[in-house]
This record gives sequence, C-alpha cells and structure tokens, in this order.
Amino acid sequence: MDWLTTVDHKKIGILYMIAGGFFFLIGGLEAIIIRVQLMKPMNDVVAGDTFNELITMHGTTMIFLAAMPLLFALMNAVIPLQIGARDVAFPFLNSLGFWTFFFGGLLLNLSWFAGTVPDAGWTSYVPLAGPTFNSGHGVDYYVIGLQIAGIGTLLGGINFMATIINMRAPGLTFMRLPMFTWSIFITSALIVFAFPVLTVGLVAIMFDRLFQANFFEVANGGSGVLWEHIFWVFGHPEVYILILPAFGIISEVVSTFSRKRLFGYSSMVFATVLIAFLGFMVWAHHMFTTGLGPVANGLFSIATMLIAVPTGVKIFNWLFTLWGGSIRFTTANLFGIGFIPTFVMGGVTGVMLASAPADFQYHDSYFVVAHFHYVIVGGLVFGIFAGLHYWWPKMFGRMLNETIGKITFWTFFIGFHLTFFVQHFLGLLGMPRRVYTYLGGQGYDDMNMISTVGAFLMGVGTIAFLLNVFITWAKPRNATNDPWEDGRSLEWTIPSPPPEYNFQQTPLVRGYDAWWKEKMEGKTAMTPAEPIGSIHMPSPSILPLIMSIGLFIAGFGFMYDHLLVAGGGLVITFGCMVIRSLFDDHGYHIEPEDQEKGVKA
Amino acid sequence: MMNRWPGMKRLLPLLAGLVLLLSACGREDLSTLNPQGPVAEKQFDLMKLSIGIMALVVVVVFIICIYVLIRFRRRQGDKSIPVQVEGNHKLEVIWTVIPLVLLLILGVPTIRDVFGLAKDYSKDKNAVQVKVTAHQYWWEFEYTDYGITTAQELIVPTDKTISFELVAADVKHSFWIPSIGGKMDTNPGVTNRMYLDFPKEGVFRGKCAELCGPAHALMDFKAKAVSPESFDRWVAAMKAPAVMPADAEIAEKFTSQCLSCHAVGENGGNSAPNLTGIGGRQTVGGILYNDEAGVEQNLHDWITDPQKYKIGAMMPGAEDNSLTPEEVSSIAKYLAEYKLDY
Repeated sequence: MDWLTTVDHKKIGILYMIAGGFFFLIGGLEAIIIRVQLMKPMNDVVAGDTFNELITMHGTTMIFLAAMPLLFALMNAVIPLQIGARDVAFPFLNSLGFWTFFFGGLLLNLSWFAGTVPDAGWTSYVPLAGPTFNSGHGVDYYVIGLQIAGIGTLLGGINFMATIINMRAPGLTFMRLPMFTWSIFITSALIVFAFPVLTVGLVAIMFDRLFQANFFEVANGGSGVLWEHIFWVFGHPEVYILILPAFGIISEVVSTFSRKRLFGYSSMVFATVLIAFLGFMVWAHHMFTTGLGPVANGLFSIATMLIAVPTGVKIFNWLFTLWGGSIRFTTANLFGIGFIPTFVMGGVTGVMLASAPADFQYHDSYFVVAHFHYVIVGGLVFGIFAGLHYWWPKMFGRMLNETIGKITFWTFFIGFHLTFFVQHFLGLLGMPRRVYTYLGGQGYDDMNMISTVGAFLMGVGTIAFLLNVFITWAKPRNATNDPWEDGRSLEWTIPSPPPEYNFQQTPLVRGYDAWWKEKMEGKTAMTPAEPIGSIHMPSPSILPLIMSIGLFIAGFGFMYDHLLVAGGGLVITFGCMVIRSLFDDHGYHIEPEDQEKGVKA
Repeated sequence: MMNRWPGMKRLLPLLAGLVLLLSACGREDLSTLNPQGPVAEKQFDLMKLSIGIMALVVVVVFIICIYVLIRFRRRQGDKSIPVQVEGNHKLEVIWTVIPLVLLLILGVPTIRDVFGLAKDYSKDKNAVQVKVTAHQYWWEFEYTDYGITTAQELIVPTDKTISFELVAADVKHSFWIPSIGGKMDTNPGVTNRMYLDFPKEGVFRGKCAELCGPAHALMDFKAKAVSPESFDRWVAAMKAPAVMPADAEIAEKFTSQCLSCHAVGENGGNSAPNLTGIGGRQTVGGILYNDEAGVEQNLHDWITDPQKYKIGAMMPGAEDNSLTPEEVSSIAKYLAEYKLDY
C-alpha cells in the first residue's frame, strides 16, 4: 500500500526501475525471438505477420517502456540528491507520471493477450498503420497506450525542469551543477518540446482510426508524408532524450572512478545544449529517401553532420578526464569506459548516414539497424548499466557484487558487438531491415548466425545482472555514505539509502564538485545552509493511481467503441482531479527529534 | 598528444586495405559494395570516403582510450590524488576544429552528389521512361513511351538512362536495386523520380526496403539489363498479340479465372502482375528461382497455394479459383512455355 500511494522521489525511482526493468525483459525476449527467427535463411519459427508484431512491440517497448523509464528511475533517484533538494518540485505529479506511464505500457502490452498486436513498425508509418490497411485493433493499442504513457513522460519533463531551476541548494549555481543534472535539465526541456508533437500525431492517427477522420488517408485528401514529418519532429529529439542522460551518467562515472574533475566542464555544458538545439533541426534525415528533393536533403545532410562536432568535444573531454587520472575498474566504470569507443562507433555511422546520397543505400537496410543499436544499446543501455551499478548503493544501501558485475559487463559487451557489428555489413550487402526471413545464398547466412549468437550472449549478461540483484537483496544494508570513496557530488554526503527527507539541513555549496571540495579541505560533512528545524513533507496519495486506472479504462472504452466505458473512465480521472482541487492537503512535518531517529525512506 | 601520430602512419595502409577489402565484398548482383552502375558507383565513392574518415576517427579514439587505460590504471593501495585539471582551451579548440575540417571534406561531395543524383530525365527523349507502381507485394513496370507493362522483371537496355517515376498503389514501399543505385520510396498520392544507368548486361536483384505488411520480406524483383538490340526485340515481342493456351477448354478457364486480374498481351486486367512471357523470367513471385526447381514446378506450386509462398498475397489459391489439379498443371505448363524471344 505504501508503494501505491508514495510521492517520495526515491520510491518512485525504484518503481520506475522495477517497471522499466520488467518491460526491458519483455522487449529483450521479443528481441531474442526475432534473432532466433533470423538465425538461418527461410526459418519458420514465427510467421511474417507475427514477426512484424514482434519488431513493432520490441521497438516501442524498448524506447518508451524500458529505456525512458529506466532513465526516469535514475533521475528520480539521483537528481534531488545531487542538487541538495528534499524532493522534486511537484511530488504528486511525479507519482501521477509514473502511474500513467505504467498503465499506458500495460495497455500496450495487453495487446498480446487480446490477440491483435500493433504491426506497423515502431514508427507506425501510414497508410500501413491507417484504418484502410490495418483494420484490427492492433495499432489502436499503440496509439492509445503511447498517449497515456506519454502523459507520464511529459509530466516528468516539466517536473524536472521546475525542480532543477527552483530547488537547487544555496550556492549551487547552474555552472556548478553536476553534469548528470545538466543533462537531465536539457533532456527535460527536449521532452517538453518534443512529446507534445508526438501526442498531436497520435491524436490525429487516433481520429483517423476511431472516428474516420482523414489526416493521413490519401484517398480522401490526407497525406502520408505528413505523418513522417510529425513522427520525426518528435522522433529525432527523442534520440537525444535517450542519449543525453547517458552522457550525463558517463560524465559522473568516468570522473569519479578516475578520481579527477571532469575535463572541460563548460565546453561539456555548451556541447550538451548545442546537441539538444541541433537535435530539433535534423528530423528530415530520417526521410532522405522519401523524396523531399535535393535542397531539403542537402540542408538536412549538413545540419546533421554538424552534430558530430559537439559530440566529438564530449568524447575527447571524457578521454582527457581519464588522462592523468587514477582509474579504478569497477563494473560501473567498465560500462562507462566501454561506452566511449562503442558510442563513437555508433556516432561515426551516424555521420555516414547523414550523407544523403550514400544514405540512399544505407536507408532501411541492416546498416541502419546496426547504427541505432550502437547508439541506443551501446550508448544508452551501457549508460543505464553504468548508472545502476554506480548509484545502486545510494538507492538501496547495498553494494552490488563486483564479480558478477564483471561477468555481466563482459558477456553483455562481447555479445553486443557480436550481435550488431556484423549487421553493418549485412546492410551493405543489401539486406533490408524488418524482413522476417531471407533467401539463402545471398551472403547473409553466416553473419545472421553470428548476430543471433551475440544476442544470446547479451541475454546471459542480463540474466547475470538479475542474479546480482537477487543476491544483493539477501545481504544486509552496509553501504556507507560515500561507498566509492571518490564521490564528488552532494548525493554522497548523506546516508545510503537516504532518509525520507534527504538532507536534514540543506547543504551550502561552495564550488563545483561540492562534496569533493569539502573532502579536499579535510571536512567530513557539508556546511549546512540552515539550522536544524521542522521539515515539511508532502502527504502520500492514492489519487494518481486511480486517475491512471481511469485513463486505462477510458482507453479500452474508446478502442472497442463502448462510449459508456470510455466516459466512465474519464469520469474517474476527472473526478480525482476535482477531489485534488477541492480538498487542501497541507502535508505534514518531521520534527527534529524524529529526524535523529533516521526516518527511513 | 604527440604520441598518436606514429600510430597514424601505421594506420593509413590499414585503411587502404580496408577499402580494398570492401570493394570486393558480396554478390555482384546484390551488394552495395560491388557497384555495377554509375549511380551506385558515385554512392560507393561517398561511402568509401566516409568510411575512411570515420575509421580514422574510431582508430584515434581507440588508441587514446587503450593508452589511457593502460597508463593511468590505479595501482593497489594508491591513495594519491591526481591533479584536478579544469580543461585546456587549446585542446578543446583542436577537437572542435578537426571534426569541422573532416565534415567539410565529406560535406562538399555530399552536396555535389545530392544535386547530381537528383537530375531529372523525365523529359529526356533519350531516356527510357518507366513508371514503377509498388503493390502489396509485387512490382509493376509500365513503359510509358512504348505502351507496354510488365511485372516483377524490369527489362532495360544498357545504352540508355532509365528515368523512373515511382508511385504506390496501396501502402508505402521503397524501390531498391542495391548494386545499381540507392533506393527511393514510393508514397501513395505522391510521385517520386529517380534515374539509374545499367551499363553492364546481367540480372540484378531488387528489394522492397520499406515495411509494407507481412510479406515485405519477400517483395523481391529482378532488373535485367540487356543489349539495345535485344531490348528492341523484347519491346516488339511484348507488343505482339498474346499467346493463349492451345486447348480451348484451358483457354476458357484461364480467361475466366486468371485474366480477371492478370493480363497477357492486350487481354485481361491489370490489378495483378502482367504474365506476358512469364515462362522466360528468372523467378516466380520474385522469390521462387526457376533455375532451382524449374519454372513449371514453381508456377504449379504458386498457383496451387500462393499464400504458402507469400503470406498475405492477394491471389486466391487453386481451390478458391475452382481450378482442378489437372487445370492447374495445364495452366502452369502453358505459362511455363510462354516465353518471349529476345
């Protein structure tokens, strides 16, 4: 019950982690089936239509229901601690964000049980996703599930922007923010600008499907290319929504474990902002073969290539953070270091793709599959693994087992490169993506086999991580405040896991790498910025859960054309909003004498 | 910083080797790394240039990375605190400027080819105009200047530029002949244009590159480049009156059951692939290779149960077409023998 009503950012972080991890396993299982099907030519483990359902659900699940929630898990767990805050700006919204994401994801995945699964690809290009060529309810699950889940993401984005702007500890100016906080700040801004675009697109496609509107119905004057524009105006920034937090994590991990200050901090910040800005300018590079003409293709080619410059700055700054440092090879840092060359390989193929005439060959081939898996798995998932291993003691008070951690890293790392490196060549040899099978003798057979073996190895790595989590669970909480001994930012100044109110006294920040600075001056605690006093806390609430269930019910109602059910669901949601508005909730206070007892979160 | 240059000297031959390796990779009729026409060649040049630049970047990063990891690993019991370096403007400027220079080297030919490959031959009297219509899950090729239509096997002369007009009949597809040139999407309601040259005779494999439904994976076609004389003979043969089955009963059945959608010569509909001269094509349905099972057997299998070979294909099976096994065999035999002489 405690978990259903919590508004504490640390617990919501853990909820995000469990739910995101759960969906990650589902998406991973789908990936394994995909790779088993493609293991050999003309294989028939799954049929063509089932395969299309698998790739659609794999992509959608991994991006929206695994990667983003796992990032939200880390940002919830860490950001308030890094900026010396007692919670996020809007704790109630934070809880609502989690539950809408969860029920949106649940609705999407229930399609497997309904027997009608989205099958138009994660990009849901029309007309294939439109009512004329996709008359079942499959794409409805995609459209409505993502709309509900998208509410959660948008709420999170707004919340973290507000939190980072308003709730920094005294002295923590923007140019003293830890790099992870910076990257989440920029990411939140990207979410705020990009997700509404997706919502607009999803609403339009929902109107086409449910109410016979004609936004994308070519026969009635709609446009299919319009959907591509809408989707990628959201979809390209989405890539940076995913990767910027990973950049932030790597900056923290690499700097901590080389016992060195981040090299070129201000250029890192500037590069992050620039990447985010350019990220909005380049969506049409997903559409070079759509036929937009040479002027558009030329402009978007060059704009896209430019992103390599700030990204390169970041890469070399990381390398020179390591340079001259005292590098410690913990699991977190192995993932951090493994990230750098791997991400570079994903990045350079991105520049190759940016060259439009060459992209006529790469586009929609396995080369693209290899490229974005290098970025999203080799970048983002490595980043998430690094972050989880790094902050695990802070979140749970227990250290993950390092030996199993290293097994996780090496199996996952080797498996990853086996899986995706050869796919570059499959693409160049003419294998299109999203094919459920291929004829033998085209030169694809061996590489597909290697790729499948690699996928299994990645599966082993994931299982090793789960094993590590379960083993760690059984151990006592013994992590110290600063378990890595080289912690630099504020989260390492408080107990692991932190008490409910995080900081008994808000710390005073006197420079960049606040905690490191104090440590170097021989201090064992931060200087407080306020006297010990009564701490105001928000009350827990069940309303976010009920509101999300309301939306979940309404989604089903709309999909199956039961307007009563739909209306009922909306009444529940809006009813909760009314209750929330009419009844004031002033929260409660934790008095100094209770603080001494160490109220556990 | 300086000690990365000797490494580079050793690297350049490696890169050259890599490029050589790439240029002999994959099937001649399929691989983008083994271009068989000027369009694919231009694209391949760009690919080589970008692969070269990018391999250089990757190698530099790898070298620094490995060096750092070996040189600066923490020794057991080492409690020393490294110097907390803030940054170095000179270095940061260097790694801002070098990528910019590299991008300039790649950007200029990119822009040149973007415009070069967008050249419009649709009004060119010397070019062969072909209208490509993509269907779920087959390709229709209409030669607008000659008034002939064929399907699944695109016949082109080696001496002329082919100017394509690309449209879709249902959902979005993408027209791609990897060894001849890059792809272009077919969008419902929009006409796209591209051109390709086929200087060498041969049969090249074409693919659909955009997810278009359950049989997307099987939406293959062939592009057959023939000598100009041979092409003219093919056009003439296509225009000649259709050859109908000799047996009147089979002809009757063929007309009533098949020609409502398919066409041979002037006869029949055009909502399904044109069958004129189908016996001479490389494949049935784009995926059943006739040099493996034989054209008659492939046709027989296909007519009996098209769904078995192409899931989601619109063509009804023999039972739904009320064809007896004997009729299927006769029609398969007739079609297998229907070859064009060119």
